[in-house]
Amino acid sequence: MKWTLIVKTAIRDSRKDRSKLLLFMSSIILGVAALVAINSFNDNLVRDIETQSKSLLGADMTVGGNKPIPDLLIASLDSLTSEHSSEVELFSMSYLPSKQESQFVRLKGLTGSFPYYGKLITEPVSAATSYETGRYALVDDGMMIQYGLDVGDSIKLGAITFPIHGRLMNAFGSMDAGTSFAPSVYISGEQMLATELIQPGSLVNYKNYYKIDSDIDLDEWKKERRTQFRNESMRITTIEDQRENLQEAFSNLNNFLNIVALISLLLACIGVASSVLIYVKTKVQSIAILRCLGMKGEEAFMVYFLQIFVLGALSVILGVAIGSIIQVILPIVLKGFLPYEVKMTISSSAIIKGLLMGMLSTTLFALGPLLGVRNISPLKTLRISDDPVKADPLRWLIYVLIVLSIAGFLYSLSGSFIDSGIFTLAILAAFLILFGVAKLVTWCVRKFFPRNASFVFRQGLSNLYRPNNQTQTLIVSIGLGTGILTLLFILQGLILGNVEDMGAGNQPNMIVFGIETDQKDEMEKITKSFDMPVTQHVPVVTMELSGWQGRSKKAWMQDTSRTARRWAMNREARVSYREEMSPDDELIEGSYTGVYNEGDSIMISLDQRYADGLNVEIGDELIWNVQGTIIKTYVGSIRKINFRKMESRFFILFPTGVLEAAPQFMILVTKSPNKQVTADFRNTVVKSMPNASVIDLGSILATLNDIITKVSYVIKFMAGFSILIGLIVLISSLFLSKYQRIRESVLLRTLGAVENKIYKINAVEYAALGILSALTGIVLAVVGSYLLAKFVFELDYNLSWWPILGIFVFIVALTVLIGLWNSRDVVKRSPLEILRNV
Amino acid sequence: MILEAKEIFKTYKGLNKDLTVLDNINFQVFKGEILAIVGPSGSGKTTLLGLCAGLDNPTSGTLNLVEEPISIMSENEKAEIRNQKVGFIFQNFQLLPTLTALENVMIPLELQGRAKGAREKAKDLLERVGLGGRHHHYPSQLSGGEQQRVSLARAFSNDPEILFADEPTGNLDEETGLIVENLLFDLNKEKQTTLVIVTHDLELANKTDRIIKLKGGKIVSDQSIQSASIV
Repeated sequence: MKWTLIVKTAIRDSRKDRSKLLLFMSSIILGVAALVAINSFNDNLVRDIETQSKSLLGADMTVGGNKPIPDLLIASLDSLTSEHSSEVELFSMSYLPSKQESQFVRLKGLTGSFPYYGKLITEPVSAATSYETGRYALVDDGMMIQYGLDVGDSIKLGAITFPIHGRLMNAFGSMDAGTSFAPSVYISGEQMLATELIQPGSLVNYKNYYKIDSDIDLDEWKKERRTQFRNESMRITTIEDQRENLQEAFSNLNNFLNIVALISLLLACIGVASSVLIYVKTKVQSIAILRCLGMKGEEAFMVYFLQIFVLGALSVILGVAIGSIIQVILPIVLKGFLPYEVKMTISSSAIIKGLLMGMLSTTLFALGPLLGVRNISPLKTLRISDDPVKADPLRWLIYVLIVLSIAGFLYSLSGSFIDSGIFTLAILAAFLILFGVAKLVTWCVRKFFPRNASFVFRQGLSNLYRPNNQTQTLIVSIGLGTGILTLLFILQGLILGNVEDMGAGNQPNMIVFGIETDQKDEMEKITKSFDMPVTQHVPVVTMELSGWQGRSKKAWMQDTSRTARRWAMNREARVSYREEMSPDDELIEGSYTGVYNEGDSIMISLDQRYADGLNVEIGDELIWNVQGTIIKTYVGSIRKINFRKMESRFFILFPTGVLEAAPQFMILVTKSPNKQVTADFRNTVVKSMPNASVIDLGSILATLNDIITKVSYVIKFMAGFSILIGLIVLISSLFLSKYQRIRESVLLRTLGAVENKIYKINAVEYAALGILSALTGIVLAVVGSYLLAKFVFELDYNLSWWPILGIFVFIVALTVLIGLWNSRDVVKRSPLEILRNV
Repeated sequence: MILEAKEIFKTYKGLNKDLTVLDNINFQVFKGEILAIVGPSGSGKTTLLGLCAGLDNPTSGTLNLVEEPISIMSENEKAEIRNQKVGFIFQNFQLLPTLTALENVMIPLELQGRAKGAREKAKDLLERVGLGGRHHHYPSQLSGGEQQRVSLARAFSNDPEILFADEPTGNLDEETGLIVENLLFDLNKEKQTTLVIVTHDLELANKTDRIIKLKGGKIVSDQSIQSASIV
């Protein structure tokens, strides 16, 4: 190889044509920028999860459940450390006498010097420790602002009125959405009992926080005792668990962002391949001349490879820089959405990954069209001819490497061979389907050609199958681009829609729980006095599963080969009983037994997910411990609960005639017409029955809506990259077509075709291509999004066709417009000029 | 002998039947000879030129160019021969559009690895064809006649043993064509190069030493110019 000459020729050859590679460069820049920004964000998030887990938990370990920790376990824990704090937590209504308002709160009674890590931040600062010394409350700052409260005002919690001792500026141990709709109120553990809010059937969580000074491996310690604690329905959480919980909480966002990263990169790669193909096509004559003058095929290839490689490398570096800058903007976009402040720092691994993936994908996708340079015949200097297509083993090697690199990239995202294999196959299938559609279209147009149609129509359509047609290239690239864009839109819509749907329409928006059985009539009276409907008023009995299928829960727990899921076994069951199944539920198996008759077996109804979790079937025996009383039941039916309905949903339903005498409370579901009625109703309920709690779903939905708005902002911001790259790919695909059609159009014009006719012929061809490729892409996206929604995101699948129709119209219009814009050259300039330069 | 064609056939695969473009071509060209290949359109002139210059391979037969069996050589070996011993002139000039006139002339020398002195030699040749002041002009900034003169300078830059010219004046007006023609013959004389011209132009053909006439892919006559002047 004559390297000096290759370098020199590469520089000389590129200097007048660098602008032709702008599309190539912009594809890479945007693709790599998206990849780096997303990876950096994920890296920062994961890193901060590591460092913040400790201070978010506030201790080394917590042990908790919905009952006080049994003495037996206390002894085991005491041997570990002497330093611990305890917390009793419940959700309750609070009343603000000075404002005559009530608010549902997360009430925590604390004893001990928790938190051990991080600080309880209050205003005034001294309140963080002094509130425990007496009958004082710390109230969430947001709630104080909302109601215009000041330190010194009072808050009534159950039977006691507390002076507000300070504003609570942060919260520990919890990061779920509950914190948003039920603001935290802290009191001392001693005072919790005095509120009289802890009653039989109350939903109370007990938690102990432990600080461990010794070097003991807590996760190992937990592993050894897990079964023992589980048998007592106690959950141990270590910092490692907290980290995993946080990661899981963000896994959907991570999954989505990773898919956006992959899509951006894939689109960029299509952009690379199309723009390099265009570039090579413009260079065919120069390559033929060089070959004619004695340059070897490999040397000619190196000339163009070097150009592409250097510009690709520059673009990758630029993309990395832009991606790094974007992630500095991300904290502004994400402000208020994350549970803590994520410090955005330059992530070296994201940069290295961006550089490597950028260079690898650019090189591989550019090599496809570039390899053809080696086979351009010098004979082209004498006459324009099509080179016979030669089987090129190197090309196949490149294809294999592309598939492997996609699979490798997917593996680096998912960490699963199976998942990455499935995704890679799906992408390959999409390519093959599009290719097949293109072949079919060419065949069909030729076979069923409308011979009696107008000249314009016939000419436009025949372009789809004539030599040098662009049907395959355009259908594959536009179709894939459209498919990916549509997939992104559908997924975005599904994720947002699934949450929004929960609060839509005429669904109930208020739940009152904790109503005593003897308060049932009074509660209904209050509700009706506000002209509000009683949508549901049902009893709730708490119980525990003590055995099933002939074995005790303890025996099941110790069985390592069991298939039953832990959450299903340990769940504290809140059971209702009723004669008829809710009309919103769907009966999957068996028959619903509404009434128990003396002497019969007790046939209960389980939710499908719960039955699957326990791995039980119709007819299986289930033993329950109903606050000391053992009840034997059998699975009589399996239902599918409609989780999108706001009514209270019960995994387990008993027939009437069994639980009436058990300790129980009632839940009432209703709908308030407006905020004012909600506030009045809440105040009336709190005053007449302090034990009951009113949950205003409207405010929860408002909070959720706020979160969704922020999430959608992030999603749109990220998806914007992919969409931009998609458009660039579309434009480059269509530019490609310019070189195929221009000569024919010029000749037609030379032969007397008027401007209008040339435009119309091109419009027919591009419209046909646009419609077919957009349609195929959309069908692929719908199938792909269905599979992703079902198996990756686990979302309900509900398509909104309007945005899809919008994408379809947009792509077809864009294809036709860019196609016509390409024809301007033909129409506006002299035919001779073009004939000389083509 | 600098070029020898023995029993050359060139056939293209057709949908129903094969198309024979060259049918049993046999001839020899000796060093220093100036030869014209003439014939009507579709007679196989350009195909024969492409084969003789090593741009394509015959379907069967043997071609020896500058004593090398080019019909059995690899593409890279043929490229080497073209670069070292062959020059080309095309009807449509075939200059690299992204290179200046000077760089276009330098290319064959640089391909030989003779970068040193290439610039000077290229400048001399441009001077010789009357384009001394146009070194840094791109092909698009030159007229057709000027482009063909750059092409002439490039064709002689590697001191070829044989020069192939495909309708060298075909794209030029009569006056410019005459200038280019004269330059071609003068330079050829100076450099003592063997010249093979494919042309329709009978006046040009009559200026050569020998004319091979093709028809239907076959040689119908091969005569020296004294006895074969075509009118």
